[in-house]
Amino acid sequence: MVQYLRARLDASFAALSDATRRGVLEQLGRSDASITDLAEKFHMTLTGMKKHVGVLEQSGLVTTEKLGRVRTCKLGPRRLEEETAWLERYRQLWDARFDELDKVVEELKRKEKVDGRKKRE
Amino acid sequence: MDARRESEATPMKNRTTVERKSERELVVTRTFNGPARIVFEAWTKPELFKQWWVPKSMDMFLRSCEMDVRVGGRYRLVFGHDASNPAEFFGRYIEVTPHSRLVWTNEEGGDGGPVTTLTFEEKGGKTLLVLHELYPSKKALDAAGTGAADVMKETFEQLDELLVALGASVGR
Repeated sequence: MVQYLRARLDASFAALSDATRRGVLEQLGRSDASITDLAEKFHMTLTGMKKHVGVLEQSGLVTTEKLGRVRTCKLGPRRLEEETAWLERYRQLWDARFDELDKVVEELKRKEKVDGRKKRE
Repeated sequence: MDARRESEATPMKNRTTVERKSERELVVTRTFNGPARIVFEAWTKPELFKQWWVPKSMDMFLRSCEMDVRVGGRYRLVFGHDASNPAEFFGRYIEVTPHSRLVWTNEEGGDGGPVTTLTFEEKGGKTLLVLHELYPSKKALDAAGTGAADVMKETFEQLDELLVALGASVGR
């Protein structure tokens, strides 16, 4: 199970390592779209976009469905949340830390100003 | 691009980003509204470091913090309300370049710990901080991310759903 999970995570991180693919996921988070729509939106050839969607599909982040001549892409069930959840938690930790660090920086800047003034006097 | 616009509109609150740059690397970035020497000081003086390292929202208590900031010098952070059950983080400094660069090891987890490189880039009175963690292997970084028991539990709970979804896509 763990091996399997690791393999899935690997595929997902590989899929997420590309800016266009992350953009596609964001786009699909807003609404489903055809490969043609996505290619236009990202100024790409149909073939180029098909490749990206293929990688996303293999990782399970995206599913596609062909209706007539149109292939519609949508987000895979809960996949993105799963893989990005820990990165987001990590980001939140640093963000909270850095908010506190902001305060320390402000305090040190204030002290420097006061000290500078004293030196000049 | 949105992020840039956002940070310009609200200069007091800068954005923290975290990105997995490669299989073995994590990068955290943040800009601070102050010169590099001040931000560097806040990272290297224990009495200052203690003021921000444990955010108030975190249920953790920093019992002690020792930092011998020079090449080969060691650091040790001890957490925990209970002295009999401490959590320690320690390692040593590999590179120390005042106001611009710090590199240290993270040895509490044995060989699997990352090497952290911190750079301070000053521009127009502001400092861009880049924290780069390089893990010895992809496995070590995966473990850091997914190793926590609660995360694993959550993930396993979702695995059944995932298997159903995968089964459906294979069947197509």
